[in-house]
Amino acid sequence: MNCRETQELLHAYFDGELDLVHSLEIERHMDECPNCMTAYQRQQSLRSAVRGSSLYFKAPATLESRLRDRLREVHAAETDRVQRLERTLSPRAIPSQAPARTDLGSSWNRWGLRWSLIGAAAGFGLAAIVISMLVLKPARPTPEQLLAQDVVANHIRSLMPNHLTDVASSDQHNVKPWFNGKLDFSPPVVDLAPEGFPLLGGRLDYLAGRPVAALVYGRRKHLINVFVWPSGESAHDSAGPPKITTIQGYNVLHWTRSGTTYWAVSDVNSKELGEFVRLLQAR
Amino acid sequence: MGGQDKLAQFEQAVLPHLDAAYNLARWLTRQSDDAEDLAQEAYVRAFEAFDGFRGGDARAWILTIVRHTCYTWFKRNRSQELETSFDEEVHSSTSADSTPEAALLADADRETLMRALEELPVEFREALILRELEGLSYKEIAEVAGIPLGTVMSRLARARKLLERSLTGRISKEPER
Repeated sequence: MNCRETQELLHAYFDGELDLVHSLEIERHMDECPNCMTAYQRQQSLRSAVRGSSLYFKAPATLESRLRDRLREVHAAETDRVQRLERTLSPRAIPSQAPARTDLGSSWNRWGLRWSLIGAAAGFGLAAIVISMLVLKPARPTPEQLLAQDVVANHIRSLMPNHLTDVASSDQHNVKPWFNGKLDFSPPVVDLAPEGFPLLGGRLDYLAGRPVAALVYGRRKHLINVFVWPSGESAHDSAGPPKITTIQGYNVLHWTRSGTTYWAVSDVNSKELGEFVRLLQAR
Repeated sequence: MGGQDKLAQFEQAVLPHLDAAYNLARWLTRQSDDAEDLAQEAYVRAFEAFDGFRGGDARAWILTIVRHTCYTWFKRNRSQELETSFDEEVHSSTSADSTPEAALLADADRETLMRALEELPVEFREALILRELEGLSYKEIAEVAGIPLGTVMSRLARARKLLERSLTGRISKEPER
């Protein structure tokens, strides 16, 4: 890594946001480059000055008590609204629809009907809210969901400047050997350029607590990251087509095959990503 | 969900982050009275929207609402705050022209730091406050400020450079004591 690259990534490194591989490269560079080392030390001084100067404004105690009172008021008003709504919905509140005797009566009757319709609609709305609260109560994410989030985070990070590839090449015979000695396994690398998904390169990344291979493919102006690593011994090939999930607008596909775990992530639409995965699996 | 539960749950999940909310409002508005009002307004909004909160990071959630409340208030009361379009060309510089000594920066006193931070344009100020005082990750800052992850890094880099430059100027102008 040279000075320009180091300066570009220095803040991500300084903030502990840089991947392992780049962090090691920066450290190696700074060992040899006094200028970059000084720039790094300046950031440290700046941080200790900012963090050590009591610049954090704690909320005044009066604010919290005032806020608690205000919240109780808002809550009471809200509860009151709900109760009034419930009264409107109770059977007694719906006017009987006696035959109209006078013009005045018929107008009342129309209003009664209208209120009962509004009441019914509000009832459905209320029921929907209650049901959604019961059904959508946040569940603890499963390990697989957490991993899927990491996959998306790594994908997003790879889109930051100079993060995409460590070895940029559309030739699978360049990309595959590049991983030799960097990983304890040899990832399957295929080019799908004829099918419209050109191989752009490869990169070392870190997922599920281990270094993994990241293969980068293009699809028009979109990028696809495929993360590959050996599954544990207990892993079985996933049955059926891989399931697609969407996280933060990115489509994520996961499957296991021949003792290898695959995660594909991209912002291309789910149909095209599914096709890409089918092509990859066919090789 | 019972009605009483909502208030109790809200107080338990969100109220512990009142310091964070106030601190952000205080640094955005630079006024303690305005900060109190806006933090309270943000909490009332948050309470009203609490049914839509799906769990997760309550601090990032309330900070997002605080920031939104402050920016809305800026539009009404201090539109110039949002108009300080920062001229990238004039203000950008290579690292060559300002390389203050690390020791010099470390010696900056609280008043000097306060003034230097308060004079930063608001988007740089908030990035620094969220990162250095609140300790948020890039992902959380991206969520709170509504910007892409890559922008978080470049904004912090620029903010630190501006702060360094401003501090160096202030420290060297101070009379010897």
